Amino acid sequence: MADDLVAAPPASPEAANSAAASAKNLARLEQERTFTINFGPQHPAAHGVLRLILELDGEIVERVDPHIGLLHRGTEKLMEDKTYLQNIPYFDRLDYVAPMNQEHAFCLAIERLAGIAVPRRAQIIRVLFCEIGRLLSHILNVTTQALDVGALTPPTWGFEEREKLMEFYEHASGARLHANYFRPGGVRQDLPGYLIESIEAFCHTFPKVLDDIDTLLTENRIFKQRNVDIAVVSPDEAIALGFSGVMLRGSGHAWDLRRAQPYEIYSELDFKIPVGRNGDCWDRYLLRMDEMRESVRIMLQCLALLRKTPGPVLPESSKFAPPQRADMKSSMEALIHHFKLFTEGFHVPAGEVYTAVEAPKGEFGVYLVADGSNKPYRCKIRAPGFPHLAAMHQLSKGHMLADVSAILGTLDIVFGEIDR
Amino acid sequence: MSALPALAPLEAVAARVRQVMGPAVLGSHIQHGELTILAEAQSMPALAMFLRDDSALLFRCLVDVCGADYPSRPARFDVIYHFLSLHKNLRLRVKIEAQEGAAVPSLTGVFANADWYEREAFDMYGILFSEHPDLRRILTDYGFTGHPLRKDFPVTGYVELRYDVDQARLVYEPVKLQQQYRKFDFLSPWEGMTMTLPGDEKARGGETR
Repeated sequence: MADDLVAAPPASPEAANSAAASAKNLARLEQERTFTINFGPQHPAAHGVLRLILELDGEIVERVDPHIGLLHRGTEKLMEDKTYLQNIPYFDRLDYVAPMNQEHAFCLAIERLAGIAVPRRAQIIRVLFCEIGRLLSHILNVTTQALDVGALTPPTWGFEEREKLMEFYEHASGARLHANYFRPGGVRQDLPGYLIESIEAFCHTFPKVLDDIDTLLTENRIFKQRNVDIAVVSPDEAIALGFSGVMLRGSGHAWDLRRAQPYEIYSELDFKIPVGRNGDCWDRYLLRMDEMRESVRIMLQCLALLRKTPGPVLPESSKFAPPQRADMKSSMEALIHHFKLFTEGFHVPAGEVYTAVEAPKGEFGVYLVADGSNKPYRCKIRAPGFPHLAAMHQLSKGHMLADVSAILGTLDIVFGEIDR
Repeated sequence: MSALPALAPLEAVAARVRQVMGPAVLGSHIQHGELTILAEAQSMPALAMFLRDDSALLFRCLVDVCGADYPSRPARFDVIYHFLSLHKNLRLRVKIEAQEGAAVPSLTGVFANADWYEREAFDMYGILFSEHPDLRRILTDYGFTGHPLRKDFPVTGYVELRYDVDQARLVYEPVKLQQQYRKFDFLSPWEGMTMTLPGDEKARGGETR
């Protein structure tokens, strides 16, 4: 069209000028026009159902508009309609790669509102399984991020280890994925004796697998080219955007809720908080690798503690925990208590709390408002991935289209928790 | 940074906020070791800016914004903000009240990450945020009507979506449940029972439900 305008014979000097100007304008507009594409909702690198509207200038990303909610199930609405015990399984379905970490936050909230004391053995088991959850999540993230930037082997190696970890879940809770294992006041049941040996054996073989993944990725030329200096987050930016977890530590903040606001037995354990320096995808990958090694150290300490600490895993003679099976055969009160606990459920005193745990992806929080009945009045789930994905535009602007998948990988997003 | 300063007393934070932001603070209480400040809605941006920049507080991280619905109150909604101070290792909750249809000021000018949280509160409750740059729905479907987390919104919703083979497109239809939504209220074994068993209508003088 621009050619037509230039080629048209000028009727007068003014017209010629204006024709030339508009041709120039058109050419400029043509150059400045951004190209809009859909990334997703079904895209292998979107880690679930994410639709990104990308505005591109050539291959440079100008604007990112994430459309989320394609996996919205109304968890918070459903929770207002179910008793507290019935609500625990919903937390498995949030960040489904590390289910027990979410249950933990919800149980902590109920415990703080109702003033339930957790037996020591249950605390150790909880920490053990939270660290297993961290391994589950980080293995998935590290290896699929490698997949996103073109490496096919790491997921096959990592998923084998995840399979072993999910078997531990199965032996503890009966389910590989949606465990429903934590309870207000402890955990559902004690671990079978052989499980401690199996987990210990795993803790001794797993660092070797980490070393293998390390040699495969860490100094790999392509992996470094795709990750170093991509999505650099400055320390101030990380706070202003509300980041937590690895996204915050990657930018140089030594902030970990396990250390800063310790819960359960974390204050007694010996572990390090790895901190990044440059705040790029590469640093965050290294942090996740280091955190896995620290998690193995924590798990070994927990196993040693478990051997020394016999005892109950749920508070005894509490109205928040079921009675002993044997008591139910002889005691009418125990039978009634069992019936009432699993039909009506326990009542939580009115009040509001916000509890947060250091989930693998960052700060996972539960804001729970109780009205004194057997159901939550309001339960807001603060998912760590939500603010991370919200920063997608700031992180991606000016990067190449191919970097978008690397950035999505480093954000460690899981739609179960973002869409809720 | 491993040796973070000890938890400063929350009373001191409450006193500091009251001292500087006096008229904006309607009340405060400490419950379960957590400080809640009730604030006046229109002064929320100024309060947030003070919380963020005051050197004694440094609540530089906005952790969460969410709504809550209390239909019996004149100002129906609560907007709840959770702040975190990484420097002082403190948490703070600020609550404001919002009326249905009236806007509360947006925090996007103070905290960049308030954007999506406020979109979510708008989507779920219909709470309006003035001066929000892009107050679209976020979690619900394109073209959704209603605000699902309101207490008067049914759990099952109003419409359901299916693919129609004849029309070769997705169609929305009123919800038809194959089975009654099972809502058991076990608070009392007899009051919770609202269904009438066959034959019971005779005992109620022929009234059928």
